[in-house]
Amino acid sequence: MNMINQNSPSPALNMIGIGKSFPGVRALHNVDFNLRSGEIHALMGENGAGKSTLIKVLTGVYAMDEGTVLIDNAPVVIKSPKDAHKQGISTVYQEVNLCPNLSVAENLFLGREPRSLGLIDWRKMNMQSADLLRELNISASPTAQLDSCSIAIQQMIAIARAVNTKCRFLILDEPTSSLDSDEVKRIFALMRQLKETGVGIIFITHFLEQVYEVCDRITVLRNGERVGEYDICNLSRLELVTKMMGKEIETLSELRSEKEKVKPEDEIPFVEANGLSSGPSKVAPFDLKMYKGEIVGFAGLLGSGRSELVRSIYGADKAVRGQLLIKGKSTRINNPLNAMKHSMAYLPEDRKEDGILSELSVRENIIIALQAKRGLLRRISRAEAEKYADEYIKLLSIKTANIETPIKSLSGGNQQKVILARWLLTNPEFMILDEPTRGIDVGTKTEIQKLILTLASEGKSIAFISSEMDEMIRTCSRMVVMRDRQKVGELGEENLDHSTIIRTIAGGEKSNE
Amino acid sequence: MNIKLPFTKNALPPVTRKRISNTGILLIITVTLFFTLYIASTILFKSSNFAKYSVFFNLLNNKAHILLLALGLTVVLITGSIDISVGSVTGLVSMVIATMLTQKGFDAIWTIPVSLAIGIAFGVVQGFLVAYMEIQPFIVTLSGLFFARGMISVINPVSVPITDKTFMSWSGAKVYIPFLFNERKNGTLDIAYLTPAAIVAILVLILLIIAMKKTKFGRALYAVGGNPQSALLMGVNVRRTKFQAHVLCGLLAGIGGFLFTLFAPSGNPGNGVGYEIDAISSSVIGGVMLSGGVGLPVGTLFGVLINSLIERVVPLLGITEASWPRIITSAFLFVFIVLQSIFIGAGNKKGVSAILMQKIKARISAFPKRFKRIFQRKKTYPDK
Amino acid sequence: MNKINRGTEFPGTTHKSIPRKIFGHKLAIPLLVLMAVVVQNIITTPNFFDISITNGLLSGYIPNILDEAAELIIITLGMTLVIAVSGGVDLSVGPTMAIAASFCGLLLNGSEYRTDVFQNPYILAIFIGLLGGALCGAFNGIMVSYLKIQPMIATLILFTAGRSIAKQITHGQTIYIMNPVYKWLGVQIPGVPVRTTIIVSMVFVLLVVLLIKLTSLGLFVQSVGINNSAARLVGLNSRVVKFMVFVICGVLAGAAGLVGSSSVGSVNSGELGMSIEMDAILAVALGGNSLSGGKFSIAGSVIGAYTIQAITTTLYAMNVRADQLNVFKAVIIVVIIVASSEIFKERIKKLFIRLKQLLPKIRSTLGNIAQKMLRRRGVQ
Repeated sequence: MNMINQNSPSPALNMIGIGKSFPGVRALHNVDFNLRSGEIHALMGENGAGKSTLIKVLTGVYAMDEGTVLIDNAPVVIKSPKDAHKQGISTVYQEVNLCPNLSVAENLFLGREPRSLGLIDWRKMNMQSADLLRELNISASPTAQLDSCSIAIQQMIAIARAVNTKCRFLILDEPTSSLDSDEVKRIFALMRQLKETGVGIIFITHFLEQVYEVCDRITVLRNGERVGEYDICNLSRLELVTKMMGKEIETLSELRSEKEKVKPEDEIPFVEANGLSSGPSKVAPFDLKMYKGEIVGFAGLLGSGRSELVRSIYGADKAVRGQLLIKGKSTRINNPLNAMKHSMAYLPEDRKEDGILSELSVRENIIIALQAKRGLLRRISRAEAEKYADEYIKLLSIKTANIETPIKSLSGGNQQKVILARWLLTNPEFMILDEPTRGIDVGTKTEIQKLILTLASEGKSIAFISSEMDEMIRTCSRMVVMRDRQKVGELGEENLDHSTIIRTIAGGEKSNE
Repeated sequence: MNIKLPFTKNALPPVTRKRISNTGILLIITVTLFFTLYIASTILFKSSNFAKYSVFFNLLNNKAHILLLALGLTVVLITGSIDISVGSVTGLVSMVIATMLTQKGFDAIWTIPVSLAIGIAFGVVQGFLVAYMEIQPFIVTLSGLFFARGMISVINPVSVPITDKTFMSWSGAKVYIPFLFNERKNGTLDIAYLTPAAIVAILVLILLIIAMKKTKFGRALYAVGGNPQSALLMGVNVRRTKFQAHVLCGLLAGIGGFLFTLFAPSGNPGNGVGYEIDAISSSVIGGVMLSGGVGLPVGTLFGVLINSLIERVVPLLGITEASWPRIITSAFLFVFIVLQSIFIGAGNKKGVSAILMQKIKARISAFPKRFKRIFQRKKTYPDK
Repeated sequence: MNKINRGTEFPGTTHKSIPRKIFGHKLAIPLLVLMAVVVQNIITTPNFFDISITNGLLSGYIPNILDEAAELIIITLGMTLVIAVSGGVDLSVGPTMAIAASFCGLLLNGSEYRTDVFQNPYILAIFIGLLGGALCGAFNGIMVSYLKIQPMIATLILFTAGRSIAKQITHGQTIYIMNPVYKWLGVQIPGVPVRTTIIVSMVFVLLVVLLIKLTSLGLFVQSVGINNSAARLVGLNSRVVKFMVFVICGVLAGAAGLVGSSSVGSVNSGELGMSIEMDAILAVALGGNSLSGGKFSIAGSVIGAYTIQAITTTLYAMNVRADQLNVFKAVIIVVIIVASSEIFKERIKKLFIRLKQLLPKIRSTLGNIAQKMLRRRGVQ
């Protein structure tokens, strides 16, 4: 197979000049991408880079606005997932898309079961499945029920199903994100085996280690454009991370001067975690100290465990091991209400799913946390609630018609401000802000950044997560770096610059340069 | 390149540790429960002849119509939907048949297509609303229940007896089973028999077993119930499958209504009240998961037999009030629903549910091997 | 990503037309339906608004409707909360009524099945009856909130077993409570010209409204119903909220049972609150509340309940039998739910868009045909 590849370097799948726009957003602009048979090609990029749009264009979920797709140098039209399937393009997603209640064999053959006399021939199906599983070295029994298999095996079965149809191009969309390292190795073995048979694989993952372990080439996207295409041996991790994150040049001298004032004051940390963990599939045990008046950034790629870390402090994910001290006292936090009683606040990453109560009014969304803290009987009176709502709408300059407007009809930035108001109203000492500026217009972004600095100067301790490096460098006094679900380092103020952070995120750098 | 190796028995892939599937456990519990109850009744109530063949077969004869309804529910429950209109449809069919025969003078043969048509009509409308309009199946079929119940009294608000000779001859027919008889004390033979209704029910059961196991439609039902999104991605037409399931359930309810009228030949406004509950509890006790995707028609048969047995045994305990069998059946339903919720909770790996689940599994795995072999399919592959 | 939020739209800044304002109000639909029923009644029965006093009681169409709706109103209050918090319904309200009434009857009658002497204080019996209702609610609540069983399935158990259990409580028979005091609750307190049922139902509406106004229950119920995970993250215990709502629903059903049995002076568990769950669900839907949970309006539900009772009374007046009514109700509920379903709205929207697109085409083809015909005539 390798021989053939070297003889014919022309790619089997070629996407040229792909463009795709959604109302108000240009998701892809003039993106080229190519895939050879028998290679594993990593598609990398941060949130909003356009990876998933590109994949959806390729699999026919979205129709592209411009560009062409060539297979074996012949242009093809892919208008629906069925078309993609006909061209030999199969996809395996992060969540196993199989039926847990059916047997392994059925999951492999559902929809194209071998039949005799019009009825499904189970013997034949089980035998063919056994053959297929053995061929791909998947250790599962064809008659076992799928949910009795481990997630890794299920993922491998999903791959086997995809391959079993005449598949030439396989897209693996984060298949490894919920697996442990042994399981990942087994998936990799399978991927290598498929590569040997000439299948071209597009591999999407957030784990850098995995990219370097298994891939041949990398294409990096950023902000809907292709940054470049590289052979794996020619691109160091550091370069990769730099290319993924890019550089935003903004002048923020004004913020810098404010930041200087922010310094830890207390000796006793507000929050101290010793070996805290919410389970191996979420975040590995970590130590952490956070002081009053301090903004600590949590840097890392998407899926690196930064959200899981803060969730374990807040009790949103229950900690299974380790110790948590609040103001020096050992505390157990079992649920968010516990955390709130200890003056914590948590602005979740996913505003729509975990944040807003869409049909309720701005007023109700603002007071809900305080009301929950007070309990059922001590109701915040209407007048009081209106006073609070008006106060915070003014303070954060929330743009809403009135306080009775349902929050769902506000813009993203204003929704985020309402949720900030909700937490500020509880007067927290420790705030967790997970991506508070995502999907928000530039003006609001700066406002929120300023607000964060002000809050810290008032003596609140703030955990700040953002995908935008510059934003964090500007605001944070310290930064915790996460990689592959582990805390891998802490950077003091003196080290807060792009190259150091990116180097730490990339990590594991031997001597590629 | 990968070369296909000739298949040899020695080269079997290493098999992951076999675990009993949920279907397996639920079925084992049900079958064990039925035989335990039956054997216990045989010992406890010697005078009521539970050891006789005829008594055993009467369990089915008396509940053939419920079996039909329960099979219909098995189908819709497996797709993750529900149909609670079946009892009222049964009542409607019986009233329509009685009115046709007694007041309109139709020929008995016409009652068959009309019964089926009524069932299918309900199935089609409800299926459309559930599958294509995506309305909660419970609300849709609750409306169906009230609609059918109301239609009964629109058609005829009073009791209508059936006197048609042809129909009564169908109703009274018995098919004796050769070699299965016991001698009565006075020397006559008590031969076990099946009613035509029971035979129809058994035929439908067999057809359904084959359809569920061996046709694309049957497997699509399970796939849709297991995970609709996955099923969609795997090329199953989820909406159509749900629609078909409801139509099939309606059809079976129509047949069930016909069989019920054979069993109790009169049209009565109260006919079929609460049968949907009997049908649901039979399915659930028979191992059908309310969350969808799990269950077997055979299990439903045992669910019906358990219900039938309870109804027969309770009076023997000296409890004469008619309400007790209902309470006991509901208690069984409760236990099984809670058991199922434990099964679902076990997926989370932690917490009480999972520990309970592990214990249950451990218990069942600890059965003597011989006992186990009866219930578990052999999982070996024949040589090529 | 910044481009996502283009213009910000402020609701309310765009001026709505007056009809849209009227029809946009959440209570518009229930009120319109109620008005339609009333108008229909005015046309068919000229004495609709007549109120007279017979036997020291207000009587006439309207007091009748208010009286007959009492049980439904009380049940609907609980059902509204259950639907809001869980997106499912409590099917067991009817049997719960029977159980509560049976407890009450048992305490009053002792072992007699027909007596005119109270064996225990009436107040105690009422309390025990309500407690019975609360127990039923707690049973449902535990299954829904702690065992995470769908509400409809969980309440199915009491739905099937409830009436049988009630029968067992009264030793399998209908019991008659002949003491005239028993009818105070369901018919009339001597000297009061208004039926007690009307007063009791008003009192319960008031109680529930006060519960919502004075505590934060309403806010909590809506939050849990709208977004469970967000509610958890702001510190709400959704299990406790759900459990509480089911208990409240049980108590209310119990109260309705006591009223119902008192108004007929007997406890008949086979009849009490028969198929009232259907009416209650219908009332909640008619009141403009979403059956998938979230925001709710007690006022809407109450109007919905009166509407249903008005329809029922009207149809009775038209000689429709009680059991035939179900046909109408079933059709109405399906129509309401279909009309408010997202898919239906989308289809209608698409249909309109397509019609709009087709309009010029149709016009031009019609024009062409007309021209052709004209030409032909011209040729001829």
